[in-house]
Amino acid sequence: MNTLEFTALVGAGSFVAGLLGALTGLGGGVVLVPLLALFFKVDIRYAIGASLVSVIATSSGAAAAYVKEGFSNIRIGMFLEIATTVGALAGAFLATRISTTAIAIVFGVMLLYSAYLSRKPRSPKERNMPPNPLATRLKMNGSFPEAGGIRHYNVQNVPAGFSLMFGAGTLSGLLGIGSGAVKVLAMDQAMKIPFKVSTTTSNFMIGVTAAASAGVYLSRGYVDPGLAMPVMLGVLAGSFLGSRILVEAETKWLRIVFSVVIAVLGLQMLYHGFTGKI
Amino acid sequence: MSSLKNWDDQRTETFIGNLLRVGVLLAASVVSIGAVIFLHKYGGQASDYHTFHGEPVEFRTIRGIFHEALTFRGRGIIQLGLVLLMATPVARVIFSIWAFAAEKDRMYVVFTLIVLAVLLFSFLGSGI
Repeated sequence: MNTLEFTALVGAGSFVAGLLGALTGLGGGVVLVPLLALFFKVDIRYAIGASLVSVIATSSGAAAAYVKEGFSNIRIGMFLEIATTVGALAGAFLATRISTTAIAIVFGVMLLYSAYLSRKPRSPKERNMPPNPLATRLKMNGSFPEAGGIRHYNVQNVPAGFSLMFGAGTLSGLLGIGSGAVKVLAMDQAMKIPFKVSTTTSNFMIGVTAAASAGVYLSRGYVDPGLAMPVMLGVLAGSFLGSRILVEAETKWLRIVFSVVIAVLGLQMLYHGFTGKI
Repeated sequence: MSSLKNWDDQRTETFIGNLLRVGVLLAASVVSIGAVIFLHKYGGQASDYHTFHGEPVEFRTIRGIFHEALTFRGRGIIQLGLVLLMATPVARVIFSIWAFAAEKDRMYVVFTLIVLAVLLFSFLGSGI
């Protein structure tokens, strides 16, 4: 396979990953690394470097569409980014020290967890929480437009959310993914932030989190221009198209299919990790 | 300075969203230009990413990347586009500092400065 063919195939695979990631809301980055490592036989360190770059692209590209809807909360995002960026730095340094088989095993567990989370029902829509003193002091409580008017919400459990965000950042830096699933878990489940606000704020945070580990990856030689180019352009085009057709498409069965794909990739990563074939 | 008072959260967010979109489009354009040069020159050669060598120093440092890009090397231009992409969230954080300062929200100016410090440490402290 010459470079032109390789670039075209990786670009097409990344396009599909970006498209499915945007259509299902599960993010494309999580399948990119297994796709590159298992099917294209790319060393997992190059795969992580290329994936991380594409994560920044999709997060920043989608942010413009999200903020117009007025759901994301920049104060929550900025405060929690302290945790995610420090975590991302730690994760990126960890990635340069632990073996590739260990990375593959952590990745496999993360994929299985993402597949499990995607099948879990969302938390109830209406949650009336009393104001929390710390969250109020941090000016995190907010409101967003809804069909019936403006809905206010009170943020809870800031320390728990902050700790989970540190973990999300570490996973992002270690695996080159956005780890949006863990970010949403921290905000939706721990901090009791409405789902729409959690997902859009999470997307907003992903780019800054990824940028924190990108510097480390770049200086360690993990970012290869020949590989990152088709991955970044492919994912960006795919997720752009995906966010355009999101409103019309019936995504329920797509989510089921994609979560099965994620689970299978997770098992494969575990298998390759435990047999030392990666 | 009176116009600064109108910088409420919603306007700030809209501006940030557009800033990010412009950054991504600019980065993607630069990467695409580099891709054309790179594929034109090396498209027929074999590619191997199976073994990890680490990138050569000219693709690992900002100075090296600029040098490669300014001499119209395809891979240097791609790498420059990727650095622009990585700089986009940093620009967002810098703008947020200004926006919080305009709202006289000292606490969030401090939080945002911490995030910026971590980002700068990643880019400058890791030897780029």
